[in-house]
Amino acid sequence: MAEKYQENAIVLEQKEIASGIFRLVLQTKEIAAQAKAGQFVSVYSKDPSKLLPRPISLCEINKTKGTLTLVYRVTGENTGTEEFSRLQKDDTVRILGPLGNGFPIDAAEGKKAFLIGGGIGIPPILQLAREMKADKQMVLGFRDSLFLMDEFQAEGQVYVATEDGSAGTKGNVLDAIRANGLSADIIYACGPTPMLRALKAYAEEHEMVCYISMEERMACGIGACLACVCKTTDKDAHSNVNNKRICKEGPVFDAREVEL
Amino acid sequence: MNTSVNLCGVTLKNPVMTASGTFGSGEEFSEFVDLNKLGAVVTKGVANVPWPGNPTPRVAEVYGGMLNAVGLQNPGIDLFCKRDIPFLKKYDTRIIVNVCGRSTADYCEVVERLADEPVDMLEINISCPNVKEGGIAFGQDPKAVEAITNEVKKVAKQPVIMKLSPNVTDITEMAKAAEAGGTDALSLINTITGMKIDINRRCFVLANKTGGMSGPAIHPVAVRMVYQTAQAVKVPIIGMGGIMNAEDAIEMILAGATAVSVGTANFTDPSVTEKIVTGIEDYMRKFQVNDIKELVGAVHER
Repeated sequence: MAEKYQENAIVLEQKEIASGIFRLVLQTKEIAAQAKAGQFVSVYSKDPSKLLPRPISLCEINKTKGTLTLVYRVTGENTGTEEFSRLQKDDTVRILGPLGNGFPIDAAEGKKAFLIGGGIGIPPILQLAREMKADKQMVLGFRDSLFLMDEFQAEGQVYVATEDGSAGTKGNVLDAIRANGLSADIIYACGPTPMLRALKAYAEEHEMVCYISMEERMACGIGACLACVCKTTDKDAHSNVNNKRICKEGPVFDAREVEL
Repeated sequence: MNTSVNLCGVTLKNPVMTASGTFGSGEEFSEFVDLNKLGAVVTKGVANVPWPGNPTPRVAEVYGGMLNAVGLQNPGIDLFCKRDIPFLKKYDTRIIVNVCGRSTADYCEVVERLADEPVDMLEINISCPNVKEGGIAFGQDPKAVEAITNEVKKVAKQPVIMKLSPNVTDITEMAKAAEAGGTDALSLINTITGMKIDINRRCFVLANKTGGMSGPAIHPVAVRMVYQTAQAVKVPIIGMGGIMNAEDAIEMILAGATAVSVGTANFTDPSVTEKIVTGIEDYMRKFQVNDIKELVGAVHER
C-alpha cells in the first residue's frame, strides 16, 4: 500500500475553464510524486461547519514539478467546491492523498483502448491518456460547453458527444462511438452512473474488459467509515460481505465485479 | 502530571478513545495516528455474523455535523477475531470491542465469543438509529435496557459499557436502568436521529431516509446529557458527541466523563486524536492540574 500524505498544498493557478468548471493547480510536497492516474485527493474546507473532505480526482500529475491539477464542478452556493473556486495563487489548501488505486494501465498493452469520460468524470481521463502508451481513442461526453479539449487533442484522436448537440455527436458517449463507427478491445471510463451502467452492458455485449471509476458520498476517504461502498458480485475479502470500499479498493473497478 | 484514568478496573494511559464506527479497527487510521498514544481504540460494531449494512448514500454533510446511516456493516465476529484483534494487539493501547446484534441472543453470542480474546472491555451498542432490528430498539425502554444489560453481564468476562441513545425523553432513566442491570460503565451519546432532503430533486439524501447526526453541532447536547447522567449514576461515563479538539474533550470531562471518545472529528483531520491527547496535556500544564482525575465532574456554578 502506497503511503498517503496530509499536506497544505500551495495554489499555483485557478481558472474557470467552462461555466462552473474550475481548474486548480497545486504545488505539493509528496503527493504528486506518489500519485497515479485514476487516484484522488481529499480536499478539506477551511469552514469549520464543513466537516467532510471533498474527494476530487487527479486531472494532471506532474511528478517533476510536484504539481497536481484538479478540475472540478462547483456544486452550488456556499458549498465546499465554491470555497475552493475562490482560492487564489499562493493560498494554501489542506489535502490528503493520493487515495484509492489508479487505472490498471498495463491491461491495455497491445490492445486498442477506449478512454471514455462523461461530465466531471472527464478530468481523470486526461492523466490516463498521457500515461497510456497503447493505441487509444478518447470519447468525451459533455453536457454543453467543452473543456480540456486542447489537452486531450494533444494525446490523440478525440471524439465528442454533447447532450445539446452543440458539438460532436448529439447524445452520449455511446452515441458518439456508434456515430463514428468506433471499436476497441478494452474500456477505461469515468463518469455518471448511468453512463457507467451503459458501458458495462456494452462491454458485456462486446466481450470487452471494462474498467470504471466510481463515485459515492464519502466521509473518511481512507477506508475506515464504510460510507462509500458499492455492491460487488463476489464476497469481498475485507468486508466479508458483497461490498467493496470505493475509496480504498476503488475507485476503479472491473465492471464485471460491481453491480450498478 | 498524571493523565491516566481508571475505567472500572481498566487503566487507560489517557482518557482519549475513538468513537465506534468512525475508526474501523484502527488499521486505516494507523497511517496518521500513533495508536500507542491513545487511551483506547473502540472498534466498529461487530455482530455474530457479517452484516451488509444499508444501501448508499450512507452519509450526508449538514451544517456543523453529518448524518450517517451505514447500518452497522461488519465482517462478523469470526473474521474480526482472526484479523482485527491481532492487529490491535500490536499496539500499547486498550482494546474495546463494540458489539451489535439483532436480538439478545446475538449480543450474547458475540460477548461469549470474545470471552477468551485479549480484549479489555466491551461496549454494547443498544443505540444505533440506523438498523431495523436490534440497535436502538433495546435502548429506548428502561426495562429493555436493564434486561439486556443483565443478560450480557451474565456471559461477559470483560467489563461492560452500555452505549446509550440520546433519542429518548430522559437519558438518566436509561442510565439508571443500565446501572440496575449491572453495567460497569456507560458510553454516551450515540447519534441523534436526523434527516436531510435534497430540495432540487425533492428526495431524501440518505437511502435510509433518516441517519444519525454527529459532529460539533450536537456537542452541547452531549455535554448536557453527560452532566445529567453523571448526577444520576455512580458508574463511570465515557463522554462523546461532537468532540473536535482538546477544549471539547476537557468540557466533557468537566461535565462528568472519566474518558472521552472522538468520532466525526477523525474525518475532518485523521490525526486529530493524537492532537487531542497533546492538547489535554497542554491544558493541564496551563492550569497546573497534576492529575486528570481532578477534572472529572469538576464543573461548578459561576
